[in-house]
Amino acid sequence: MRTIRNRLLVILGLIIVSVYALIPKTGPTGEKVPSINLGLDLQGGMHLAVEVDDPDGTLTEEGRADALERILTTIRNRIDEFGVREPTIQRVGHDRIIVELAGIDDPERAKAIVERTAFLEFKLVREDDSFRNSLPRIDRGIVQELGAESLRDAGVEEIEPETTAIIDILGTVEDTVVAQADTTGGQAADSTVADSTVADTAGESAAPDQDTGEPNLRPLTSLLLESGNPGILLVAEEDVPTVERYLATEALAKALPRNTQLRWGAKPTSAAGGAYRELYVLEADAILTGDLLADAGPAARDPQFNQPYVPFETTRRGSRVFERGTAPNVGRYMAIVLDQKVQSAPVIRQMLSRRAQIEMGGGASFQEAQDLALVLRAGALPMPIKVVEERSVSASLGADSIRQGRNALIIGIVGVVLLMIWYYRITGAMAVAALAVYVTLVLGGLAGLGATLTLPGIAGLILSVGMAVDANVLIFERIREESDAGKTPRTAVDAGFAQALSAIVDANLTTLITAAILYQFGTGPIRGFAVTLVIGIIASFFTALYVTRTFFLMYLERRSPTEPLSI
Amino acid sequence: MFSGALVLVGIGSFVLHGGPNYGVDFTGGTLIQLEFAQETSVGELRSILSSAGMENAQIQQFGGSNEFLIRTQDFEGIVDEVSRVLHESYGVDGFTMSTDAVGPKVGSELQRKAGIAILMSFALTLIYLAFRFEWRFGVAAIIATFHDITITIGFISLLNIEITLATVAAILTILGYSLNDTIVVFDRIRENLKKRRKDKYEDIINASINETLPRTVLTSGTTLATLLALFILGGTVVRPFALVLIIGIVIGTYSSIFVASPTLLEIEERSRRKDKKAHR
Repeated sequence: MRTIRNRLLVILGLIIVSVYALIPKTGPTGEKVPSINLGLDLQGGMHLAVEVDDPDGTLTEEGRADALERILTTIRNRIDEFGVREPTIQRVGHDRIIVELAGIDDPERAKAIVERTAFLEFKLVREDDSFRNSLPRIDRGIVQELGAESLRDAGVEEIEPETTAIIDILGTVEDTVVAQADTTGGQAADSTVADSTVADTAGESAAPDQDTGEPNLRPLTSLLLESGNPGILLVAEEDVPTVERYLATEALAKALPRNTQLRWGAKPTSAAGGAYRELYVLEADAILTGDLLADAGPAARDPQFNQPYVPFETTRRGSRVFERGTAPNVGRYMAIVLDQKVQSAPVIRQMLSRRAQIEMGGGASFQEAQDLALVLRAGALPMPIKVVEERSVSASLGADSIRQGRNALIIGIVGVVLLMIWYYRITGAMAVAALAVYVTLVLGGLAGLGATLTLPGIAGLILSVGMAVDANVLIFERIREESDAGKTPRTAVDAGFAQALSAIVDANLTTLITAAILYQFGTGPIRGFAVTLVIGIIASFFTALYVTRTFFLMYLERRSPTEPLSI
Repeated sequence: MFSGALVLVGIGSFVLHGGPNYGVDFTGGTLIQLEFAQETSVGELRSILSSAGMENAQIQQFGGSNEFLIRTQDFEGIVDEVSRVLHESYGVDGFTMSTDAVGPKVGSELQRKAGIAILMSFALTLIYLAFRFEWRFGVAAIIATFHDITITIGFISLLNIEITLATVAAILTILGYSLNDTIVVFDRIRENLKKRRKDKYEDIINASINETLPRTVLTSGTTLATLLALFILGGTVVRPFALVLIIGIVIGTYSSIFVASPTLLEIEERSRRKDKKAHR
């Protein structure tokens, strides 16, 4: 009797501990924290794997490791500001960072915040003619580099020999609308123009170079349009890829004047019923960069134009730098360049020093302004990063999975219970009771160990219920045999447990081995599966050998020693 | 014989299908699962995606009439594009989206990992068997297990089940489980060999199988019952996983009874013949 009581106490104790572990606790802000850690595939959330984007291999091993550390810190800051409960941000291997955010409604926005390099520069817009004057040279270089034939095939047209000045070549937006209206097949004859024509303005003329006999193609210039502002050109939205191809040529890199950079506007603008993209001619040297910002935000809305903007404050050194850059340039346009795209280009109305603001151009939303403020506050990434893996589960899919998994578990257990009672009668009932203990222990174990439950994990749970029964079955079959062989009930039970042990150990061990391998090599959800399988197997060991035995002992106590077993 | 036929069917199906149907986990690419607030059609989605330049994306309807699957081999920027374009057409609350996007580098890594996991599983279980059982048992068990895995993979190919990380996990689990099953039978054979030294090998094996039959059937029965519940109620995400497990366990049970032991017998007889020859 003593042994039975002790055993029951042990079992009860474990059950109580498990149930306690399963009670939902209240979190720091008073919300109910689920007792079992739910994986991303059940909670909803996003998993991102990012790496440093270094296509030209500019970083050394050390440099890469260093950059990764700083990127890690910056991403942590950003996520902190974004406000996610218990994010996971860690380094994996020596060149990858994993970001896991649970329970977020807008994974795309979170991804954008993580991904952004957020490299901020303030650059003056050039207002002189140096770029325009270099256009003929650039055009020729492009023709040489890309080949006249392929350009013509791509639809670049010859310029009429009469048009001379560069200014005339750059039409205005209205011009193109008119031109498109009466355009024909207009391919000029494939011949060089014999005479040079009179140049109208200073600088190189549009006349073809007679010595080389090059055809008069103007690939780049023909796609550029005036905007009314000397340093800002427009390109029709559909021509942007072509212009980008030209801008990427060696010819342009060589022919571009000193301290000049070309940068696109961040968003298209509409004019005269069409979509155009601004192309800015900027000074390459920035008058201020993002690292000189002390603070940014909060985003606000400009009452006059109803445009969102982001106020910012520079450091002490930054304010001096800013003054030096803006004081002599009052009246000029200053482009605010974010990640190589021009966000907006306001006029410098007065010398800027400590405080200023970034206006979000082109119909940006308030949320975009807020996200920008966040990212500027947390700091720019030292190197751009690229996403190498992205998985997200919507909260509704997660909830569906939980519901379906739970239903399957319940039905599965019911099925097993019915089967056991039908086949083994009273001892079957014992197995069922043991099963109840088993499920409690497994769930308690998951909660107590802080293991994460995933959808494959639920499947693993269900599988292990079926397998937990196995250990019991092995024992019962043994007992039946021993009983049939004529042993007394008591002896049969003891013998049954003893004999079945080796089979149980061997069998479960192989499943443990594969579970261990799955844990080692698996990703999040698969690991959840391995963990529940392992916990399940250990629990089934215990319930089959200890708990079921206890029930047997109780059962035997209540009966006469010779009555045959109901098995 | 029956087994032989099954193995051939499996291999044949493999060849016909041109290799396994790898999911994005291993090939890289993007898989997007969508649930819309209102009914929409494949055609509608296709025109929306085409206008964004994604004409070659596979679009499939599954589950209800407002659940769709979009699949493409491309990775960069796809999720963002699809998200943007769908937001434009259906609004922010018009749909929920779940994604699996794997870049090429990660895809090949996962392939490698899965391969290693499978090889390691085989290796470790082999070592374990060698440790616990005499060599004849070990070899027979390995052959039986190998047979199970091959037929299961054959079924996977036949039913065109997508091979994802979950599928590989299911296969490895079957490995463990099937071995588990076979071991129970062998354990009994080993025990009987000690007890009934005088009887013929063949008779001992048969008797052992008969003795363990109820247990094998019942365990598989209960496990299958739970897996069936999972398959029916578990939802579309878990269904292929459950299916692979079900196939594997059915085959595994069959092989523990009908394949492992005959193989053991065969090995035993062959080695006896060798012994006899050596002794002449």
